[in-house]
Amino acid sequence: MSTTQGLDPRRIREDFPIFGERARGKPLIYLDSTASAQKPRQVIDAMTSMYEHAYANVHRGIYELSERATQMYEDARRNIARFINARSHREIVFVRNATEAINLVAYAWGLSHLTPEDEILVTQMEHHSNLVPWQLVAARTGARLRWVPITPDGHLDMDAADRLLNERTRLFAFTAMSNVLGTITPVRELVSRAHSVGALALVDGAQSVPHLPTDVQAWDADFVAFSGHKMLGPTGIGVLYGKRALLEEMPPFLAGGEMIREVTMEGATWNDVPYKFEAGTPAVVEAVGLGAAVDYLRELGMERVHAHERALVAYAYDRLSALDGVRILGPGPEDRGGVLAFVVEGVHPHDVAAFLDYEGIAVRAGHHCAQPVHDAYGVPATARASFYIYNDREDVDRLVDALRRAIRMFTG
Amino acid sequence: MYDLYAEEILDHYKFPRNRGKMDNPDRVYHDHNPLCGDEVTIMLRIEDGRVKDVKWEGQGCTISMASASMLSEAVKGKSLEELRTWGKEHVLDLLGIPLGPVRLKCALLPLKALKAAVWGLEGTEEHEET
Repeated sequence: MSTTQGLDPRRIREDFPIFGERARGKPLIYLDSTASAQKPRQVIDAMTSMYEHAYANVHRGIYELSERATQMYEDARRNIARFINARSHREIVFVRNATEAINLVAYAWGLSHLTPEDEILVTQMEHHSNLVPWQLVAARTGARLRWVPITPDGHLDMDAADRLLNERTRLFAFTAMSNVLGTITPVRELVSRAHSVGALALVDGAQSVPHLPTDVQAWDADFVAFSGHKMLGPTGIGVLYGKRALLEEMPPFLAGGEMIREVTMEGATWNDVPYKFEAGTPAVVEAVGLGAAVDYLRELGMERVHAHERALVAYAYDRLSALDGVRILGPGPEDRGGVLAFVVEGVHPHDVAAFLDYEGIAVRAGHHCAQPVHDAYGVPATARASFYIYNDREDVDRLVDALRRAIRMFTG
Repeated sequence: MYDLYAEEILDHYKFPRNRGKMDNPDRVYHDHNPLCGDEVTIMLRIEDGRVKDVKWEGQGCTISMASASMLSEAVKGKSLEELRTWGKEHVLDLLGIPLGPVRLKCALLPLKALKAAVWGLEGTEEHEET
């Protein structure tokens, strides 16, 4: 497919069985992909087919079925490695989700490397999952946790980042795309500034990997965390990408089967990476499902996915900001992914979301696991509409139309 | 048109009863729900074991504000003994609508604050399980 040709959301929706459902008796308008994406038939079929034709536990099975399952599981790993341009499939650790990936680094790397002389740098824009693990690890190790503030226009304060990064900084953990503001951060630049003071860089790719082309080598990131369920894959599978040398040198996180080489009653030695970090029976079928999701996205082309969302969010930004009393948080449409968090004067976000629900429109209301972002804007909660490959301008029109009626009902 | 936004609920939301300040209240309690930013302060005048007067201030969603407004009307003149027995069902009766778990928290915030105002936090335990 050519990259100049746009996506066809109407065609794409036919691949997603959920859009055959009705919500409150109306056609479903799903604007909550930032929380979790819907699943195409291709992903559901790949998983069902594995259960029906190729299911067994992976690794160490001598029989054919286990060999086939192991092959599929490892093929998915290689597929995902290619998708984010990792050097090797050994740099892909399967975990439950981005949260677990970040916790893995926080505990395995953090606890064994950080001292009271060290600093960890995060940003005010982080999802709680890239903040709270560092708070815990800072408390355990005595390391100091510092953060880069958000500018009034919803970007990271790069001057502050420069001031805060210093020779004590051991790790800079930051998001590639805010799940509230939609801000796309300059990842390569931030990684390079972290490296210039000798710090490692961890990128929370939970929002960016599903929506933007990802090249971990171009970023030169040391760690990247992302979740399968936000990129058309199943729940229960996510990825920690880590540079191989770092993974090799880190102690294990969870202990048990598969992660060992040799065990005696007195001790154990560790398996090679990534298996050292994959204790216990992994989410085999979910990994294969994520592989199918990656195939689906690759077929569409990530450049086109991004272009589609960019155009859609620009349209939505214009239409929403034209409504009286609506205020959108974060940067203008040119610097954001397909996320719009907003407040409506005189109408609580819960009421906005509940009203839209009656119209068959699914949006999220609350703090979206990012209370500090909301604090920065002085609001406790927002309503958030987010877009993906199956959304189109009609969805935005219905959202705007319903919002107009909500404003009339609650404030009229 | 919408269950959740029945005429009466919207009426209490737009024209809240007993909203305002009270001079030297006998009891006052402020509570909030950090998840959505609903907050409410209940002020009580108590005489002979009864609620002589009630005022409240707050901000939040339709459900939490309508609940505070309706509750303020319902508790006037009631004995504290009776109020002690009030719980989730009472609030749902007042609102007259079915609520999911998230909105139930909004609906119960004013009663939780009211009971904490009278009995302290231990009086609120039974409402925590929403």
